[in-house]
Amino acid sequence: MGLLQLKNITKSFGAIHALQGVDLEISLGEAVGLMGDNGAGKSTLMKIIAGNYPPTSGSIEIEGRKVEFAQPIDARETGIEIVYQDLALCDNLTAAANVFLGRERRKKIGPFSMLDYPSMYQKAGELFAELKSETRPRDLVRQMSGGQRQAVAIARTRLSDPKLVLMDEPTAAISVRQVKEVLALIHRLKETGHAVILVSHRMPDVFEVCDRVAVLRRGIKVADKHIKETSPEEVTGLIIGAIEAA
Amino acid sequence: MNSTLEKQKDHAAIDESIILRQEVSGFAAIIRTQPFWVFLALVALAIVMTFVSDAFMTERNIFNITRNMAFFGIMALGMSAVICTAGIDLSVGSLVGLSGIATGLIMRAGYGIEVGFLGCMLVAAAVGLVNGALVAYLKMPPFVVTLGMLSIVVSLARVVSNNQMIWNFGPDQDLYEWIGGGSILSIPNVVWILVILTAIFWWVWRYSTWGRWVIAIGGNAQAAKLAGIPVEGMLVSVYVVCSLCAGLSAFLFVGYTGSVTNAMGFAWELTVIAATVIGGSNLMGGIVYALGAPIGAALIELIRNSLILAGIPALWQQFFVGLFLILAVLLEQVRSRKGG
Repeated sequence: MGLLQLKNITKSFGAIHALQGVDLEISLGEAVGLMGDNGAGKSTLMKIIAGNYPPTSGSIEIEGRKVEFAQPIDARETGIEIVYQDLALCDNLTAAANVFLGRERRKKIGPFSMLDYPSMYQKAGELFAELKSETRPRDLVRQMSGGQRQAVAIARTRLSDPKLVLMDEPTAAISVRQVKEVLALIHRLKETGHAVILVSHRMPDVFEVCDRVAVLRRGIKVADKHIKETSPEEVTGLIIGAIEAA
Repeated sequence: MNSTLEKQKDHAAIDESIILRQEVSGFAAIIRTQPFWVFLALVALAIVMTFVSDAFMTERNIFNITRNMAFFGIMALGMSAVICTAGIDLSVGSLVGLSGIATGLIMRAGYGIEVGFLGCMLVAAAVGLVNGALVAYLKMPPFVVTLGMLSIVVSLARVVSNNQMIWNFGPDQDLYEWIGGGSILSIPNVVWILVILTAIFWWVWRYSTWGRWVIAIGGNAQAAKLAGIPVEGMLVSVYVVCSLCAGLSAFLFVGYTGSVTNAMGFAWELTVIAATVIGGSNLMGGIVYALGAPIGAALIELIRNSLILAGIPALWQQFFVGLFLILAVLLEQVRSRKGG
């Protein structure tokens, strides 16, 4: 059974129809690549799944239950974690502080509850090690490279054990070596039974890690195929409209 | 654990730029902070003054300096919180007047000091609540909101005081004057309060979730919101905290002077903001030092005191406060450009 089911999702901003009747389904252990040109509706779809705003019409179901998200935190509570394109990090805080932002670990000393630094540093260190990132928990995010910042944003999604991880262009601004690491992480997420939606402009990345690719064009899903049944050429054709639908 | 550490090191070795950036801790971290350098300036100025004037390093003079700075230091602690969220509170000076008047009216009417204190803090909290609600929920610019509040509060203070001075504080007058003007172990009571509050704020900024969230909001409010932090509620609480600090300072100052007029606190907000910025706060938000507030306030008071003792006309005082303010910001910029 599908983990996430989007049915007939429509989103209008005034006269602009960003999404028109999009269906999408994803199961645990599956990675779906979401592709499309700028303005095709990828970000809008992601933001609806992430709870940034509700769809104009259509329904979202998680494990067969209909859900409505009023804000991103609601989506998180149902097991959806997002890596935003701008990463949504606080530059003035440490890597560990960002990983635990809003979910700080505390310990009790008498009547006082205080931040548990050792525990958070240790856990953050473990998460970075898992990601094979050289990020250090105590470093300020302001001083980090693009890849390290990416690692912080991804490590944050690993804090809880999410069912679905949305990644918005995670490989757009990082080094070649770190692209490999991010892709390896997506593989690891799949192996451990998570679902991943990857929004990316990079065709090789999508073809390397995804099981399926869905193509949006002008707010309409024009293709949803298994990777093995399609090719980068066909997907490119679908994105730019040279191929009407497949 | 060991092998993962080694792996991390292995990766670090690949990226040379990473190796160059060491984690800093302990003393190395302290000397990177603005309050440390301002503290050095403070010490340097004090050393110079011991040679300039024999009257400087006397117990009486140090007593006066620390007491005078404490009123501003207490307010700067609250202002640091507001400025950390990239906000500003211009209404604290006039709030000193209004909450002072409120205390005076309550105690003159024969109520005890507890009631006076409570009334003072309630007035302060109400003003902070309005400031915070307008900034957080209506998304109005803090500068405009608190500028408007400054004007409203000044006017209210004139109305409720009927533009008269209050010097009769009812049955608890003696106790009140001791709290504001007295001392314990030859250290002024207000200085004790400043020390305790600074320690509390130090703990809050470092170890409390509230402090962590305020700093996060100052760094990236959008990210804080996405992380599930109740940004609006937090902002309201920050403005309330700032106003409560102003109220406390007003309560103590009235006790110290033994009288209150509605002009009390006039233009104090400028001194408080200057002290906060000199102490290392950045108006862009995201930076806060508990120790910065008293150190900034101390530097301003020390400048004032030094000018008097050095025989330079008091008219020059604001000039030097302004100069140090600009120098402090310059210092901060130079340090951050060096990759601080």
